[in-house]
Amino acid sequence: MKAALTALRAIVIREALRFVRQRSRFVAALVRPLVWLVVFAAGFRAALGLSITPPYQTYITYEIYIVPGLCGMILLFNGMQSSLSLVYDREMGSMRLLLTSPLPRWWLLICRLLASTVISVLQVYTFLIVAALYGIDFPLMGYLYALPALIVGGVMLGALGLALSSTIKQLENFAGVMNFVIFPMFFLSSALYPLWKMAESSVLLRDICAANPFTDAVELIRFALYGAFNAPALGWTVLAGAVFIGLALWGYDPARGMKRQKG
Amino acid sequence: MKHALALAATLCAAPALADEIWVSNEKDDTLSVIDIETLEVVRTIEVGERPRGITFSKDYSVLYICASDSDAVQVMDPETGEILHDLPSGEDPEQFVLHPNNRHLYIANEDDAITTVVDTETREVIAQIDVGIEPEGMAVSPDGKIAITTSETTNMAHWIDTETRELFANTLVDSRPRHAEFIKGGSELWVSSEIGGTITVFDVATQAEKAKINFDVKGVHPDRVQPVGFEFSAEEATAFVALGPSNHVAAVNPETYEVEEYILVGRRVWHMEFNADRSLLFTTNGVSGDVTVIDVASREPVKTIKVGRFPWGAAFRP
Repeated sequence: MKAALTALRAIVIREALRFVRQRSRFVAALVRPLVWLVVFAAGFRAALGLSITPPYQTYITYEIYIVPGLCGMILLFNGMQSSLSLVYDREMGSMRLLLTSPLPRWWLLICRLLASTVISVLQVYTFLIVAALYGIDFPLMGYLYALPALIVGGVMLGALGLALSSTIKQLENFAGVMNFVIFPMFFLSSALYPLWKMAESSVLLRDICAANPFTDAVELIRFALYGAFNAPALGWTVLAGAVFIGLALWGYDPARGMKRQKG
Repeated sequence: MKHALALAATLCAAPALADEIWVSNEKDDTLSVIDIETLEVVRTIEVGERPRGITFSKDYSVLYICASDSDAVQVMDPETGEILHDLPSGEDPEQFVLHPNNRHLYIANEDDAITTVVDTETREVIAQIDVGIEPEGMAVSPDGKIAITTSETTNMAHWIDTETRELFANTLVDSRPRHAEFIKGGSELWVSSEIGGTITVFDVATQAEKAKINFDVKGVHPDRVQPVGFEFSAEEATAFVALGPSNHVAAVNPETYEVEEYILVGRRVWHMEFNADRSLLFTTNGVSGDVTVIDVASREPVKTIKVGRFPWGAAFRP
């Protein structure tokens, strides 16, 4: 047990150190959502408030609507970024070193997942602070309620990254992940537009968005930021997280994984 | 933080007795009654055709309703929701104001270019005063000596001496004046101009223009910024101005005449009403068919409540 916790601590610290030392990565992680907030959302500001859908009680500006989606964006990009660093670890050999530890491999992977989630959540809170300074704030308790929602969402998206990284052999293939996973997941969700707005252009599009687990993660965060609880969103996020963790563990299964390495 | 304060203020502001806000729904021919404590519609009452301006008698025992397309001012018992009788009103009554004597109703007859004065006790028209074309906004000074009618097409505020019931002055304002109010003990008159996009402030003693308030909502085309109704918070600390299709309410400092903030509400906001202690402001949003509740202290919208189609006027009842 002690060894397991030592491993967790070591992996979290390693990730945190890596994150802190890569200042550009931190800045990039912050700049990306801020650009969306300040530049993209400003264009949609207009006179019209968005129609009222839960958890909102009144009309809101687009800038307010987009913030929970941008929190989700940070979790998504960071989840993928950590999968990128896993591929890097594998290429550089430090992965092999990690996986030869006497601790069970699933535990090491969970540690890795938790470490990346901690980093993601820290980034989200930094973004929320900047957003508050920009004038977009939430009820005080919302910031507290958002924590479990961010952790659940972060673990789910981190697990997706982990599962994907088990299938990527080279760093160069990461561009594919960008095009085929991150962008579709982000754009086909409720992060940028409410689902009823999607339904206006195409019901199929709305259904795809509704089926996207990233939508559930975003809605979970959105509700939590207003002190509300969205049970279906939590259910689907946890379910998706469990599936992705299962796939990651299967992908990193020694017998299977090594075969793939050789192949 | 602001949200938390707004919510706390809203909860603290909720009075023990269920005060109500009555809203006229122009296209549904109904009134929606909102319970201020729960912020929900508790009653919907059918009235005459196209109800617009509504106001309670000073003791809240009767409600006067401008049923524009029924060409009548209806008098309702607010307890039962029953129409007691109609008052003669002239054609197409749109807005009215009850004189401080609680007896004389000054009614703007939009189609007839007249202001009708009705005695609510004898139910008789006691005067009809010729004013500009399409009269709309109505106001009476706190001492009851001056009545104002604004005419939408003539673009004037007409000053009526309530003793002689004759015009004693006409002052030009910007295009399509919609609403008028006296403030500062009756020493100042504010008139909103919908198309002009301004509020003109007059010195009542001289009827001279004193100031002009302009509005500029970020991201909204100036044509859509159309001031209509406005109300003053407790001690006239802030004027809240409904800016029509800009979907915003402006908070104006009545001392400096500067706009301090714009608050997002529903679509095409026209009129407003406060609760008893003026801590909450209710705006009627015509196109979106709802009422937005604004916390006055934090100037944050806290809730939007669905009412009938095209809500127009609003009145408070304890």
